[in-house]
Amino acid sequence: MSDFIRMSAAEVARGVNGAAFSASDVTDAVLAHVDAVDDRIGSYLTRLHDLARETARNVDARVKNGEKLPLAGVPVAVKDNMCLTGTRTTCGSKILENWISPYTGTAVQRILNAGGIPVGKANMDEFAMGSSCENSALGETRNPYDLDRVPGGSSGGSAAAVAAYEAAIGMGSDTGGSIREPAAFCNIVGFKPTYGRISRYGLIAFASSLDQIGPLTRTVEDAALAYEAMAGHDPMDSTSIDRQVEAASTALRTDLKGVRVGIVKEFVTENLGPEIHALYQQTYAELEKLGAELVDVSLPTADYGLATYYLIAPAECSSNLARFDGVRYGMRIEGADVGQMYEKTRAAGFGPEVKRRILIGTYALSSGYYDAYYVKAQKARTLFSQDFKRAFESCDLIASPAASSPAFRFKSKSDPYSMYMMDYYTIPMSLAGLPALSVPCGWVDGMPMGLQLAAPLFEEARLLGAAHAYEQATHHARRHEPKMLEVAS
Amino acid sequence: MNTASGPKAGGYEAVIGIECHVELKTKSKMFCACPNEFGGEPNTKVCPVCLALPGALPVANKEAIQHMIAAGLAFDAEIPAFSKFDRKNYFYPDMPKDYQISQYDMPLTQGGVVRYWLEDGTMKECRLTRIHLEEDTGKSTHAGSGDGRIAGSSYSLIDFNRAGVPLMECVSEPDIRSAEEAVGYLEALKRTFVQLGVSDVKMEEGSLRCDANVSIRPAGASEYGTKAEIKNMNSFRSVFRAIESEIARQISVVESGGRVVQETRGWDEVQGTTHTMRSKEQAHDYRYFPDPDLVPIEVDRATVERIKASLPLLPPQRFERYTKEYGLDVKQATQLIDNLALADYFDRAVAASKNPQQSMNFVLGDLSRLANESGTSVPESPVTPEHLAELIALVDAKTINSKIAKELLERMWNGQGSPKAIVEKEGLAQTSDTGAIEKFVDEVLATNEKAVADYKAGKTNILGFLTGQVMKQSRGKANPALVQELLQKKLS
Repeated sequence: MSDFIRMSAAEVARGVNGAAFSASDVTDAVLAHVDAVDDRIGSYLTRLHDLARETARNVDARVKNGEKLPLAGVPVAVKDNMCLTGTRTTCGSKILENWISPYTGTAVQRILNAGGIPVGKANMDEFAMGSSCENSALGETRNPYDLDRVPGGSSGGSAAAVAAYEAAIGMGSDTGGSIREPAAFCNIVGFKPTYGRISRYGLIAFASSLDQIGPLTRTVEDAALAYEAMAGHDPMDSTSIDRQVEAASTALRTDLKGVRVGIVKEFVTENLGPEIHALYQQTYAELEKLGAELVDVSLPTADYGLATYYLIAPAECSSNLARFDGVRYGMRIEGADVGQMYEKTRAAGFGPEVKRRILIGTYALSSGYYDAYYVKAQKARTLFSQDFKRAFESCDLIASPAASSPAFRFKSKSDPYSMYMMDYYTIPMSLAGLPALSVPCGWVDGMPMGLQLAAPLFEEARLLGAAHAYEQATHHARRHEPKMLEVAS
Repeated sequence: MNTASGPKAGGYEAVIGIECHVELKTKSKMFCACPNEFGGEPNTKVCPVCLALPGALPVANKEAIQHMIAAGLAFDAEIPAFSKFDRKNYFYPDMPKDYQISQYDMPLTQGGVVRYWLEDGTMKECRLTRIHLEEDTGKSTHAGSGDGRIAGSSYSLIDFNRAGVPLMECVSEPDIRSAEEAVGYLEALKRTFVQLGVSDVKMEEGSLRCDANVSIRPAGASEYGTKAEIKNMNSFRSVFRAIESEIARQISVVESGGRVVQETRGWDEVQGTTHTMRSKEQAHDYRYFPDPDLVPIEVDRATVERIKASLPLLPPQRFERYTKEYGLDVKQATQLIDNLALADYFDRAVAASKNPQQSMNFVLGDLSRLANESGTSVPESPVTPEHLAELIALVDAKTINSKIAKELLERMWNGQGSPKAIVEKEGLAQTSDTGAIEKFVDEVLATNEKAVADYKAGKTNILGFLTGQVMKQSRGKANPALVQELLQKKLS
């Protein structure tokens, strides 16, 4: 049984396609494991046992029919901001607590087409706003490596599920780091492709110009497989890119010879503490040992990342979240008139972080402030793209920490700003739309840390290839098992 | 329309600008694949996108963008190479996203001129500020408030069938000076959009809705007065009445020492007056910003040139041709231009007959009468413009007289084909053979002694009767002028 749950997506697909075992066998094992551990971890807001079994039977029938499916029988955790027909899709918010999606989004559909099995809808920070999953209004998710610590966020449920073997692939969404940071916290790989690579149709929007779906997996190879299944143009999303998706899973390499890796001089790690600083120095040395040439690059705008992000993302969210008004679906609190109904519904339905960002965004777009805030932030965003373009003239990839610290304890970040700081290293890439990932790079205090690698636009294959070389040479992730497993078994 | 509020009436001049929303005729809605059709059971033409379900995304309709370009080019507007969609944010229950996708500072068309004419044939111009593309909202029905308004209602029903239908908003410069001009301007928009096929422009279905900004100033002044925005006008007739009423109201406010305040006023069709809806202080901050779900629109020059080349002959050009070249009067010209299929038919008849006046007489006269009687339109009838031209040629050559022509036309209407063929086959050609006609005249004079006596006694109007008798004898073929001439000669 445990054999199935520990298998990578690639191993499961190989086994199912080769009739060594069936999708139903894998699914039964994973569902039993979810039932055994998830009351303690809380990865899932909704477990999809019936749908998972039904899908597994269909996959087995398709395989029997001779179809070769790249994700045949692979258990998948679907972040709860992604629509899947007939499933509760909450965004971690009270306002959508009982909303059942009547349609399936493109990325989820492509995972299903590839043979993936939806195991459950994974917890998240409300509307993907947060870095710890603590902003979920509907449940707590714990870090499988230390149940007193957060799994990261906002894709914390997907990350915890993959780390705890409750799924082989977690579908996440990343707006400013929401895939990469929880991946780092949970000792797994988290990959955000180029903005527009994977359709957003059916992804409940937080900040439309930044939101990007991507996979969370235990191996780089699995990230490549999941990416290939989801990527590609979608006529339902006009921001999706109509451009050939280069094969990534067949471009995985084992060394970094000839690869120039940029180390951003503004990303000083000394102030993260001696232990973390030492860890990243060691990480960069490991890259060098694999044949990479380390080069110094500069991102002069780096320090303006948070300020820029926290104007653009809230501005877009203030408009994107207007539709949650109690009129057509979701929560409704009646009022004396329609205006009062809006106010009461939104007051009761949204949590404090969501309200804070709606307020910031509304303010930033208001007449008289628009030019000073929103327009200025857009201009700053252009500078980020230019900075990266310049930096990539002298390097092929950029390396940095994925997060400022290892996973922290619950309720330890009481002021919003210290929480926002967790995404200091990931936000610049988001602003520039670049592909970036986090891969395990070592341990601090028994908790995992992540190396962020970023590539120029559309260079996903290069990025995954290099990450694979690093992963295979170091195997940092294998050093520790999730603690909860010792408890459960 | 004679108006009290024409230019400089009572020492005041009205300054009017018009904003109107026109639903575009497209196969699907603006941002989704739902059909763009009027009516239907409520909430049957909806999908995740136009219902703004969580996670749904808009994709712009190419056909709508092409319609916009055609509309702009028809008014000589500039079509910028780059345009974008913006979100207009405000909460309203029948607007599913609680923002409207519209265009703020980079519309698809900028500038342009609408040329139109008044009933007396005067040509007028009104500059356009812009035409921009946006989406329509759903439709609310409020119950329990008595007057159908949301205030005081106990519940509301919303039909989202119309939500997401493409709309173009045409904003005019304040170049209009009277209610009559306002209607002339709107008629020009209507006939142009219908001709381009970009909209059906049916006010009763809400596919054209307009607001008017009205102010007054002393005649000859160059400063604008304070304007009021008039809403709720649902026909061209009500536009005319509302503007007349508003101008009169503003004049009386000023005359009695008051000041016009900037506000939105609703037109009350029953009362025939406008009333305050909301003042400027309640104006919204719409927090416009570029819609991040939609990529900017890049309009390539080749597309613009292709659309430009495909534009039909436009109403002002037709009007010039009809009135100046063909000598039609304003009413006749307008009647044809407002019935485009008929105008095209007319043009083909003129091309074949080279006789605009006769073509117009037949098209607006006998043919339109036959069309009314039969319920078939002229262009759809069996009478082709080429056959009509044959008929006109037969009359022009005096081969047949007008009576035969009328009979032939009815037979052509009933599908008997070429009038020339009928005339040849049945020997219906008019005769000017004096000998033959004289024979008929003699017979008639011989058998109508009393009439002859009456004529000679001074009742000269009996000549008509005698002419008729001769025509009858000739089975209509005799040249009536010749018949009269011979009769008069024989009777004198």
